[in-house]
Amino acid sequence: MSAPNKSYDPVEVEALKPEEIDRVRDEALAAFAAAASLDALREAKVAHVGDRSPLALANREIGALPPQARADAGKRVGQARGAVNKALAARQAELEAERDERVLVEEAVDVTLPYDRVPPGARHPLTTLSERIEDIFVAMGYEVAEGPEVETEWFNFDALNIGPDHPARSTRDTFFVEGAAGGPDLVLRTETSSVQIRSMLERTPPIYVICPGRVYRSDELDATHSPVFHQVELLAIDEGLTMADLKGTLDHMVRSLFGEGVHTRLRPHYFPFTEPSAEMDMLCFRCRGESAGNPDRPCRTCSSEGWVELGGCGVVNPKVLTACGVDPEKYSGFAFGFGIERLLMFRHNVEDIRDMIEGDVRFTRPFGMEI
Amino acid sequence: MRAPLSWLREYVDLPAGVTGREVAERLIAAGFEVEAVDRLGADLSGPLVVGRVLAIEELTEFKKPIRHCQVDVGAANGTGEPQSIICGARNFAVGDKVVVVLPGGVLPGGFEITARKTYGRLSEGMICSARELGMGDDHGGIVVLPPEHEVGTDAIELLELVDEVLDIAVTSDRGYALSMRGLARETATAFGLSLRDPALLDVPAGNGSGYPAAVGDTVACDRIVLRAVTGVRPEAHSPLWLQRRLQKAGMRPISLPVDITNYVMLEIGQPLHAYDRARLSGPIAVRRARAGEKLTTLDGTARTLDPEDLVIADDSGPIGLAGVMGGADTEIAEVAQEPQALTAGGGPGAEWPVGTTDIVLEMAHFDQVTVARTARRHKLGSEAARRFERGVDPAAAAAAGQRAVDLLVLLAGGTADAGVTVVAEPREPRTITVAADHPDRVAGMAYGRETVVRHLQEIGCEVAGSDELTVTVPTWRPDLAEPNDLAEEVIRLAGYAALPATLPRPPAGRGLTARQRLHRRVGRALAGTGHVEVLSAPFVGPAQLDGLGLPDDDARRRAARLVNPISDETPWLRTTLLPGLLDALRRNVGRGSGDLALFETGLVFRPTGAEAPAARLPVDARPTDEQVAELEAALPAQPRRVAVALAGAREQTGWWGGGRPADWADAVEAARTVAREAGVELTVENDRHAPWHPGRCAALYASVDGARTLVGHAGELHPRVVKALGLPERTCAMEADLDLLERATPGLVSGPRVSSFPVATQDVALVVDAPVPAADVEAALRAGAGGLLESLRLFDVFTGEQVGEGRKSLAYALRFRAPDRTLTADELTEAREAAVAAAVERTGATLRGGS
Repeated sequence: MSAPNKSYDPVEVEALKPEEIDRVRDEALAAFAAAASLDALREAKVAHVGDRSPLALANREIGALPPQARADAGKRVGQARGAVNKALAARQAELEAERDERVLVEEAVDVTLPYDRVPPGARHPLTTLSERIEDIFVAMGYEVAEGPEVETEWFNFDALNIGPDHPARSTRDTFFVEGAAGGPDLVLRTETSSVQIRSMLERTPPIYVICPGRVYRSDELDATHSPVFHQVELLAIDEGLTMADLKGTLDHMVRSLFGEGVHTRLRPHYFPFTEPSAEMDMLCFRCRGESAGNPDRPCRTCSSEGWVELGGCGVVNPKVLTACGVDPEKYSGFAFGFGIERLLMFRHNVEDIRDMIEGDVRFTRPFGMEI
Repeated sequence: MRAPLSWLREYVDLPAGVTGREVAERLIAAGFEVEAVDRLGADLSGPLVVGRVLAIEELTEFKKPIRHCQVDVGAANGTGEPQSIICGARNFAVGDKVVVVLPGGVLPGGFEITARKTYGRLSEGMICSARELGMGDDHGGIVVLPPEHEVGTDAIELLELVDEVLDIAVTSDRGYALSMRGLARETATAFGLSLRDPALLDVPAGNGSGYPAAVGDTVACDRIVLRAVTGVRPEAHSPLWLQRRLQKAGMRPISLPVDITNYVMLEIGQPLHAYDRARLSGPIAVRRARAGEKLTTLDGTARTLDPEDLVIADDSGPIGLAGVMGGADTEIAEVAQEPQALTAGGGPGAEWPVGTTDIVLEMAHFDQVTVARTARRHKLGSEAARRFERGVDPAAAAAAGQRAVDLLVLLAGGTADAGVTVVAEPREPRTITVAADHPDRVAGMAYGRETVVRHLQEIGCEVAGSDELTVTVPTWRPDLAEPNDLAEEVIRLAGYAALPATLPRPPAGRGLTARQRLHRRVGRALAGTGHVEVLSAPFVGPAQLDGLGLPDDDARRRAARLVNPISDETPWLRTTLLPGLLDALRRNVGRGSGDLALFETGLVFRPTGAEAPAARLPVDARPTDEQVAELEAALPAQPRRVAVALAGAREQTGWWGGGRPADWADAVEAARTVAREAGVELTVENDRHAPWHPGRCAALYASVDGARTLVGHAGELHPRVVKALGLPERTCAMEADLDLLERATPGLVSGPRVSSFPVATQDVALVVDAPVPAADVEAALRAGAGGLLESLRLFDVFTGEQVGEGRKSLAYALRFRAPDRTLTADELTEAREAAVAAAVERTGATLRGGS
């Protein structure tokens, strides 16, 4: 840096001439504008705003000016440097933005690449469908009740008013299990009604339970029969329960599962554990009954019957209440039960029950986590 | 039960336009499952007439013998000239009456008949077989008609070829509906019409001159009626109307007496037996069989009788299984070995067994259970047994006998014997007392007394009383015993469709139990980590347990055995989930899915041998808690398990890089995933346990009720097991007890205090002998590090020359933090050194790389 000019002579300093300052300013602006990359801009920056740049040098000369000239020259140099720094910052931002943009483009990937590093798992549709039904009733205040699959005959038959000579108690329908004495005094439960009996023994009315679970019948395996299948049964015991309550409860269930407008119909039937008894059908949720008698609109779900068979139901036989210590004079109840496999078959177009048993992952995966 | 509409109309005056479909709909609404309405002859049209074969020319130049017939069809062909017809069947002769369809006629199936040239001759029509006429298809021969029918008669009407038949599945409580009488009653009620009851006949009282009977067991047989008909014409045959009704009802005409007994059974519901009187010796006795007695039943099977079997016997011994099937020796039907039905062309030639002119008819009422047991014991179903098991009207025995006698007299020219034997226990009619509004209370709607009484009367009850009704139940309804039985009759006749729909109001619920929520979470967690759920059948056999390499004394070999397994190869109930799960794994591999992660939850059955025999408790009152406990003690333990099986890649190779095969650690991790859902921290130990690889088997422990408890195993399967079960190499598996994990669930989680002071990380590498479990080293480090240790993580395991043979290096990252201050360097060093010192002391570790 030059020493202060003490002579007060109005020395003409070349670098501080207005036109010279304008020139180096313009040069700098042009150089920044011309810089095509951040590297080029860095070089231009060194050249035009660095310590050795003309404007920096000019700035240093200001001190050498006589006082009366300093303000003027300082202002000129200051303005020029301001303009140059501003242009530099602007160009810097511009080039950085361009670079960022470019990096993002370069980093672009094909997001359509598949990612099946760990193929998805799934729950079995029979499990999730059963849970779905449980939830409908849990929301109404019912409890979910469970019980063993190997049962005594008393729980599975006697308490349900299925007498010792009932044909269901033959090896044609029931799996018998060798008990302690080596004799066939145990069975694989043929319906989850045994859980209803347990519920009545364990609780005091009012009793509202839903009993899902595995049951067994000694059927050969084919497309529509399996020796092992799943049921959901319901039992309600309270004062003054009626068949109308049964009907309303069934209607609520099928609406919850299949949507508004679907309802049930009851047909008289016979079961030892209910009296009166009924078979329950539901309006076909696909054709809404319109396929019945209408050859132009066949329906595979209901075989153009308009109705789909669901299961059995009825008013709990007072004999069953008596066997479980519930006073039939004071309480009445209703019950129903149906197979989940069948429900899954018509709700989800499954044609072969064996698909549910064999555990083929291609069958189960599409059902996901809920149904 | 197959009910021809034309037959129903005999008892109910249905309007002419009512179709089978309409009757079916009403019966369905009344509780009868009409499985089908068969429309017989729906597409049949004439001319179809009776013809007489005038001449037969045998044509022999063809591959099979062909007949060129001249058939007189009267005026039916418009000319009166014989009709020239080619026929391939041979079971008819010149002079026989046959059924001829003339050109222009259409047979069932839309088969149009035209005059055409065939086998070098003109054929102007067809001589029909039973199958071609839609009469049944048990015999293929030409229908040969009884000789009395005129040529030219319309055969559609004669053979009642156009009809509708309702096929009804009758529930086991409604035996009365296994008869035209019962179905007609329901039809009449459904249409609001009156019934002509075929059992309303004048019957003679018993007298001393009937064929003798001796009833030795009046409980099992509370009534027997014997009638006799003498002088029956041997050449008499069943008329067409009778044969056709039997055919439509699904029975085969056999011979006149047998056809009559079957006809009356179908009509009235009472099974009858016809004996050749000449073959009976001594009184007809009803008694229990004696040990060792034998009987060859009508189906030709020689049977050894059980002392509980009720038999019909004469002096020669048993001659029938009561209510089930007759014996071959005395049975009229037995001699009619060649079915003499018109479908077989037997018509005019059908003759009775040689010499049978006197017939004894037995109409008995047997106990439902006795018949059911005998039928089941001998695996012998019959039309009679089906009815007796479901309940037969005891009061109809005499009427059925009268009806059969009348038909034998009418159709066989016999004479009714004046002797009538009736042995009957006195029987009070059953009455039920029921509140008049009981059906209302069961249904949830108001019928009113009048409607209730009307419906009860419709089913044959007599009703007395006003608020409290005394209902006398008809003899044909043994199923009606309780007030609810009557309520059902009222509600079904008023129509189930009329029931309103209301919703009860259960008390406020508490949702799923903790256990149920856990089961759902476990399923979701495993599915969420890529496992697919399987629900396999729980049947296993020795091959599977041997394949798992279980030692002879393994508890899993103590399985509950099925009395009647689906397959003799799988007679046991599973004691472990693995066989079914591994089966599913192998099945998937076989179908081309190689990378598999499967899981299953379900019960296993673990008898200990200490189970008590199951008591037979009464049902007339609640069993005591002690009795219930005794029942429970008869059951094997049935814990709920979860199992996982893994094979192939756990992570697949892809554009992201290489994949990774499933290994033992994935199986252990699956167990931890399950345990985490229960809030349980598993501890793991090396173990040797079938079916796992002895060096790659983890025993899983949890704290259950304060005690360290084995809850399962996980790891890679033993190579021998993999080979024996045909599994993919390196298959891995886990099985754990969900019930134990549920019990291991700790109480409420206390919210941790989260320190905001800085963390200090220290790494240590320890060298230990290779067999030292990492879990032990970790436990020692944790114990030594003290309360400042926030977390510890094993980030590397290294073996090689640097650490020496038989040694391994374990590198841990330790994170320290204090709740209330920044740790000083001294504190940190002290804690770290304490951790290492503990590891050194407990596991013989040495610190690697000094420091």
